[in-house]
Amino acid sequence: MTLRLTNTAKTFPDGTRALLSTDLTVDKGEIVSLLGPSGCGKTTLLRIIAGLETPDPGSDIWFDDDNVTALPVERRKVGMVFQSYALFPNMSVRANIGYGLKMQKLPKDKIDARLNEVMDMCQLQEYSARAITALSGGQRQRVALARAIAPRPRLLLLDEPLSALDAALREALRDELAILLREFQITAIFVTHDQDEAMAIADRVAVMSGGRVAQSGTPEELYRNPKSTFVAGFVGNAMHLDGKIKGKTLTLNGGKLRLSTDGSDQNIYVRAEDVQIDAKGPLTGQVETVTFLGSHYRVGIKGIMPSVLTSIYSGYNAPKVGETVKVMIEPNALILLPNQASGA
Amino acid sequence: MTNRTFVLACLTPLFIFSIAFLALPLVRLFLASGESAAGWTIYLDILRKPRYLNTLILTVLVSLATTFAALAVSTTAGMFLSRNRFRGRGILLSIMTLPLAFPGVVIGFLIILLGGRQGLVNQITPGHVVFAYSVIGLFLGYLYFSIPRVLLTVMAAAEKLDPALEEAARTLGASPYRVVVDVILPGLMPSLIAAGAIAFATAMGAFGTAFTLATNIDVIPMVIYTEFTLSANIAMASALSIVLGIVTWALLLIARSLSGTTVAAGG
Amino acid sequence: MFKSKTKLLQLTVTLTACAFLLVPMILSVLAGVTANYFQGISSGFTLKWVFRVWELYADSIFLSMWLAFSCLVVTLIIGLPAAYGLARNPGWFSRILEEFISLPLAVPGLALALALLQLYGSMKGFRASWTFILVGHVLYTLPFMVRSILAVLAAMDLKTLEEGAASLGASPWQRFRDIVVPNAMPGILAGSLTVVTLSIGEFNLTWMLHTPYLKTLPVGLADSYASMRLEVASAYTLVFFVLIVPLLMAMQWASARAQRIVS
Repeated sequence: MTLRLTNTAKTFPDGTRALLSTDLTVDKGEIVSLLGPSGCGKTTLLRIIAGLETPDPGSDIWFDDDNVTALPVERRKVGMVFQSYALFPNMSVRANIGYGLKMQKLPKDKIDARLNEVMDMCQLQEYSARAITALSGGQRQRVALARAIAPRPRLLLLDEPLSALDAALREALRDELAILLREFQITAIFVTHDQDEAMAIADRVAVMSGGRVAQSGTPEELYRNPKSTFVAGFVGNAMHLDGKIKGKTLTLNGGKLRLSTDGSDQNIYVRAEDVQIDAKGPLTGQVETVTFLGSHYRVGIKGIMPSVLTSIYSGYNAPKVGETVKVMIEPNALILLPNQASGA
Repeated sequence: MTNRTFVLACLTPLFIFSIAFLALPLVRLFLASGESAAGWTIYLDILRKPRYLNTLILTVLVSLATTFAALAVSTTAGMFLSRNRFRGRGILLSIMTLPLAFPGVVIGFLIILLGGRQGLVNQITPGHVVFAYSVIGLFLGYLYFSIPRVLLTVMAAAEKLDPALEEAARTLGASPYRVVVDVILPGLMPSLIAAGAIAFATAMGAFGTAFTLATNIDVIPMVIYTEFTLSANIAMASALSIVLGIVTWALLLIARSLSGTTVAAGG
Repeated sequence: MFKSKTKLLQLTVTLTACAFLLVPMILSVLAGVTANYFQGISSGFTLKWVFRVWELYADSIFLSMWLAFSCLVVTLIIGLPAAYGLARNPGWFSRILEEFISLPLAVPGLALALALLQLYGSMKGFRASWTFILVGHVLYTLPFMVRSILAVLAAMDLKTLEEGAASLGASPWQRFRDIVVPNAMPGILAGSLTVVTLSIGEFNLTWMLHTPYLKTLPVGLADSYASMRLEVASAYTLVFFVLIVPLLMAMQWASARAQRIVS
């Protein structure tokens, strides 16, 4: 199913404009992530698509050729995985997953067949009769997913589906979820504030900020070619190189950098993995912090610009705190963004 | 049917019932209080006429005595029962909460068994000791009624009190006495005030107990009852009811805002 | 040293209070089964007073049970949807409504009875029927039912659970039946037991609302205290205890269970 939103906005009764006028199209079978910090409007957008919030007048929501704007959630045929999972504590695992099928008034044998299929897929057969309270976080997440897809919804919506889990489990389930979603071959939208999660699961990421979609594209596009300082900062934590630009030269406190194009009226950003500690580098700074993170070191260098410049160092002999180091940044690793793009 | 209509439909029976059997009767009660020859000055009469003023003073005094006695007894027992685990604790607790379900009339009768003419005290002491029908009997009846309610409130609060606070005070060198004064009592204070308000309000409005014991004592509920049934002074009965209702309602509002609970069961 | 002395004092107070509460109950039970209480226990035990109570007051006992049952049905019909409505529609309207229906907890029953009598006393058919007493009982017990259920509903994430059911295609009524009611069960049970216990023991309102032909158990008790010999009054009280004490214990058990869910 293709989802199409036109001119969709939401103003809450207290006047908060949670979502500014937004257009968004999600193609059949596409998995799209809405990524952004809390309060950016991503959950509001998801809830409008689900039918749990009523959008402002003038908004239109299309499921293929059906205009569903006025349809209540129970008639939209969407599957939803809630942040808290919202599993019914008065029902067993099987009854939870079968609830949507029961609402469709399917014959019992059809319900059973469908239930078995979905529970196999999500590896839940052995928990069938268990109470919800007897499940671990990861199992609950799978039950919530199974419950949402069992009635074969037209669209699957996931609201921060992994945020209730602890960090170690989250990473394992992230990959599992990505595989399952592709197995279902369903159009899916999921909301997250975690860029790793968005990139691991989604075909396309829509970065949101201040109630609008700031940029939408494949994870690679967003990472390599951010269109605004917000996206550059939020996706991949790009650092602003704060210095004086004259033509193709950027002058920092710790030395000069060559740019590949004219940098006038531009803001220049760089990511930590592109900051290389190299004896031949043009910049000079002093090591302030060294953090060992297993596969690499994170080195904080002061003196190059007013704030600390972070470098990822993956060699064995990390510099010591207090040492003076030379730093190199390749011209094509620098991200140039026009000044006025500082907003969202 | 949309969600909102359904939710509003759910509230409709309650709304209709409370308008028909609570709001309208209370309005009628209020209007009735102004329908005597005295008009609305009837409310001033409560303070001006010695019969009503004395009733008011006596009721407040008995209620105050009940409140402080119940607080003293129930706080001591409540702290003891919540801080100690011993055999028989459950039984003591059951005994002390059993009277929650007794209506005032029954409690009045129990006091008669204790202090009436055929009562226990009169039987085992020399001479004629009958106190059931005096102010003392009324006080004991109210106390009987209040002890379980105050006890439950105090125990609920004592269980919520973080034991780490006491331990912290101990590590800082406080004596057990200082711990009680500096940590436990301040921690319990909101609940004690709430429990006190509950005890006071129930004593002010207790009809059942007074009905059995206070045939010769003028406390407000008895005066309301006699004004209404014997003197047919409906306006005064209504006015006294409204004053009493406002006082007890305001007190319980304070109690609830302080402790967030209402102890169930009354009568 | 100080500590053990304090404990001793606390224990003394606790035991004295227990004795104060328990001794009259025992006296009442004894008096109810003693042949002649004035002569003392030596006059022998008998059940004749209990049978006498049955002859005199069986009607009042059945009326009380019937009233309690009817009161339970009515408070469930009004209170269960209302608690759900209040939980789902938080705001000034719900707060005021909840506060308002809680008035009978605070305002003495005597005052409420006077109010009801003055408005509906002239409607003879209603005034003389058992439904008039029922109205008083519902008025008094309804807030307990509503609050008991509301507390359980407020403790769970009702809104999200319902959104979950709605996303699976459940209509408002189906959500109420499948999600709200089953999950509110502990509150419904605690509320129901409270309503029945309170209805059976209710005196203040009932005394004013009853007619000579409609006496409830507590009204009968007051009657027997005023006009019967001590043994009959005691035996009647004993019957009341037998009825109310198990109810109270069930109610406390159910409330504690609901409380555990809430916290």
